[in-house]
Amino acid sequence: MVLDVTWAVRWLTLCAQAMAEHRVWLIELDRAIGDSDHGENMDRGFQAVLEKLAEAQPETPGAALKLTAMTLMSKVGGAAGPLYGTAFLRASTALGDAAEIDPARLADALVAARDGIVARGKAESGDKTMVDAWTPAAEAAQAAAADGAGTVLGVLVAAAEAAEAGAVATDPLVARKGRASYLGERSAGHRDPGAASSALILRAAVGAAA
Amino acid sequence: MTVRLVVVSHSEKIADGAVELAAEMAPDVVILAAGGTADGRIGTSLEKVMSALDKAAGGDGVVVLTDLGSAVMTAESALELTADPVGVLLADAPLVEGLVAAAVAAQGGADVKEVKRAAEAVYGLGPEVAAASHSLAASTVTEGSVTGAGPDFTGDFELVNEAGMHARPAAKVAGGLASLNAEVTVNGVDGASMTALMTLAAGKGSVLHIEAWGPDAERALNYVGGLVQAGFGEP
Repeated sequence: MVLDVTWAVRWLTLCAQAMAEHRVWLIELDRAIGDSDHGENMDRGFQAVLEKLAEAQPETPGAALKLTAMTLMSKVGGAAGPLYGTAFLRASTALGDAAEIDPARLADALVAARDGIVARGKAESGDKTMVDAWTPAAEAAQAAAADGAGTVLGVLVAAAEAAEAGAVATDPLVARKGRASYLGERSAGHRDPGAASSALILRAAVGAAA
Repeated sequence: MTVRLVVVSHSEKIADGAVELAAEMAPDVVILAAGGTADGRIGTSLEKVMSALDKAAGGDGVVVLTDLGSAVMTAESALELTADPVGVLLADAPLVEGLVAAAVAAQGGADVKEVKRAAEAVYGLGPEVAAASHSLAASTVTEGSVTGAGPDFTGDFELVNEAGMHARPAAKVAGGLASLNAEVTVNGVDGASMTALMTLAAGKGSVLHIEAWGPDAERALNYVGGLVQAGFGEP
């Protein structure tokens, strides 16, 4: 499997499908501890990404991710817009104008995405935010890429599985960032919607490469 | 030419309303609203923020004021994507109070860093803080001066308007003093700080004790005294 612009467009298309399919679930997660707009916002944002991709026909994975970044920042509306926008933007910068992505560069892009989210949202691990999905994902991707036999698919699978485990692990946490932090102890017992959508996005990356 | 301001809020109405309020106190300052999403929902939009920053460019710098968390993030993202973010500063301040303080400072000719500071000074600014920051400034001004540490001019004026030292009078006093070369205290707080003046909570009948230092001290005293005695043009 080669990670080129075709993969990138398929990934983003699968992201849009996943957000449409899980829209109600994300809304319910967000209703419990936030303002119940996450599913709506992500669905709208990725539908807009699909339209932009069809119009602009990007030629590299980096260009596709940059277009995604700009679109999410403009269309999502909630905090997820600048957070995911920054993640895709930093990943796009890490990929540069490469036509194909190798395992090391893929891991670099995932680390850059995580660093972008941390820089923008100022959250740390354990704050019950999307960082709790992205940090294990970035670390697992680095470990998989450092293994000489690592493939791009292996890196993507490692990242997606770590993100899913990280999202599940937000259930018992008390939120310390974002709208959910206003609830204090009452935020425990619910999955963080941003961590949940992050896991969906990284799972879609695997689906696009499989 | 003055520093320009951009207001980023989740709500278009809040952004527009804050601009309307600040414009009344700072009629010559360009203040642009970037509230809500492009399709009129609650939220923030990178497109709107970037368009406002684009329109605000070309002056003496831009100070951006924001409301809730993601407005800050959208504003930061816009700066990350701006080709030339030099001279664009984000103020960490309450939206309405910070904007009004920033607008008054900009109206008085303050530079971009001073305007940002004026907005941020709104946080937790009690009379003691203002007085302490003033005494530092005053000692700088009077260093080596033959007049010593005492004020060059002083005066006491009674507030005659019904509402006393509320927002609009405070804006007039602070805005006018910002353009004079003088250090002025009003009952011990910085006369060039609108928010410090409002912390005085001085009502009708209160006496304001003015102390002024520097080359324009006499003009400053006359300016403040004139405004107070005229009831700021209010009933």
